[in-house]
Amino acid sequence: MDLFKMFNKSDNSKDIAKERLKLVLIHDRANVSPQFLEMIKGELLSVISDYMEIDESGLEIKLTRTKRDTDNTSVPALVANIPIKKMKDNGKF
Amino acid sequence: MGEVIVITSGKGGVGKTTTTANIGTGLSLEGKSTVLVDADIGLRNLDVVMGLENRIVYDLVDVVDGVCRLRQALIKDKRYSNLYLLPAAQTKDKNAVSPQQMQQLTAELAKEFDYVIVDCPAGIEQGFKNAIAGANKAIVVTTPEVSAVRDADRIIGLLEANGLKNPQLIINRLRIDMVKRGDMMNIDDMIDILAIELIGVVPDDEHIVVSTNRGEPAVSNDESIAGRAYRNVVKRILGEDVPFMDLDTEQGFITKLAKMFGFAKKR
Repeated sequence: MDLFKMFNKSDNSKDIAKERLKLVLIHDRANVSPQFLEMIKGELLSVISDYMEIDESGLEIKLTRTKRDTDNTSVPALVANIPIKKMKDNGKF
Repeated sequence: MGEVIVITSGKGGVGKTTTTANIGTGLSLEGKSTVLVDADIGLRNLDVVMGLENRIVYDLVDVVDGVCRLRQALIKDKRYSNLYLLPAAQTKDKNAVSPQQMQQLTAELAKEFDYVIVDCPAGIEQGFKNAIAGANKAIVVTTPEVSAVRDADRIIGLLEANGLKNPQLIINRLRIDMVKRGDMMNIDDMIDILAIELIGVVPDDEHIVVSTNRGEPAVSNDESIAGRAYRNVVKRILGEDVPFMDLDTEQGFITKLAKMFGFAKKR
């Protein structure tokens, strides 16, 4: 008997099904169109560029799931990856 | 004034028509006057599932077009008291009827019957809009598969957006053996995802195929576990507080013992 398998909880295919469903439903429910993400992107850019110079071509925004630190349940998350070129002077105090 | 309940799912082939037939027959067995409305225009099937296909003269589109009176299109099921079917048209398409016309039609039927059960076509287009137009309650049917649950979630959103708040859920074709070995989502998994009230769990049952072959709804068959599950659904519709079936009864003594000592066999 595979002892390791016995304690490995997410070996079940139903857990895989549930995880995949949860992820796909975030997108379905949020109805996040590419335009919607573009809008967020544009506004983020305008706010952040007041303080730092950023690499616009490297900017990436997506909707995903992440584990909550407190109880490990997964929650939807908006992840933005914004490469900084250099800080602007008015950002320093 | 009767209640108009739409049976819907989004995905096809999850058991909407079977559920409509069984709930309707079950309501009539409980003494409620009931009419089944097949809203799947162009792909009618409720008539064959009910075993009434040879008695169709007029259909839903004929009524809407004024070719016949509503009464003339209703087929009485002679096996049960106060059970009628309004068949869909087979040769027309879904655009032959508008949501307004469906609303009028179901309102007319609700004056005469305790329950009007509408069998909704698959999809989210015109046929769906027609089927839900006159409903004041919705039951969503799903099976424990990712595709069916995803579509159910979409349908729940659309129902709520169209003013049908608090739809209820039927989980159909649950395989207890597969749930036990962790290869099928269980009831809690699905409630967790869809977050709506559960009104029934129908186990996968060969009797359904046999009863559909014969055109006799399984709800009238005491030997069918699915039939018993549908009878419970009917009682819940009527407001009775019926506990959900204990689907774990087949679990053997050895498995229980093994579980007790914490080394349940993993298959």
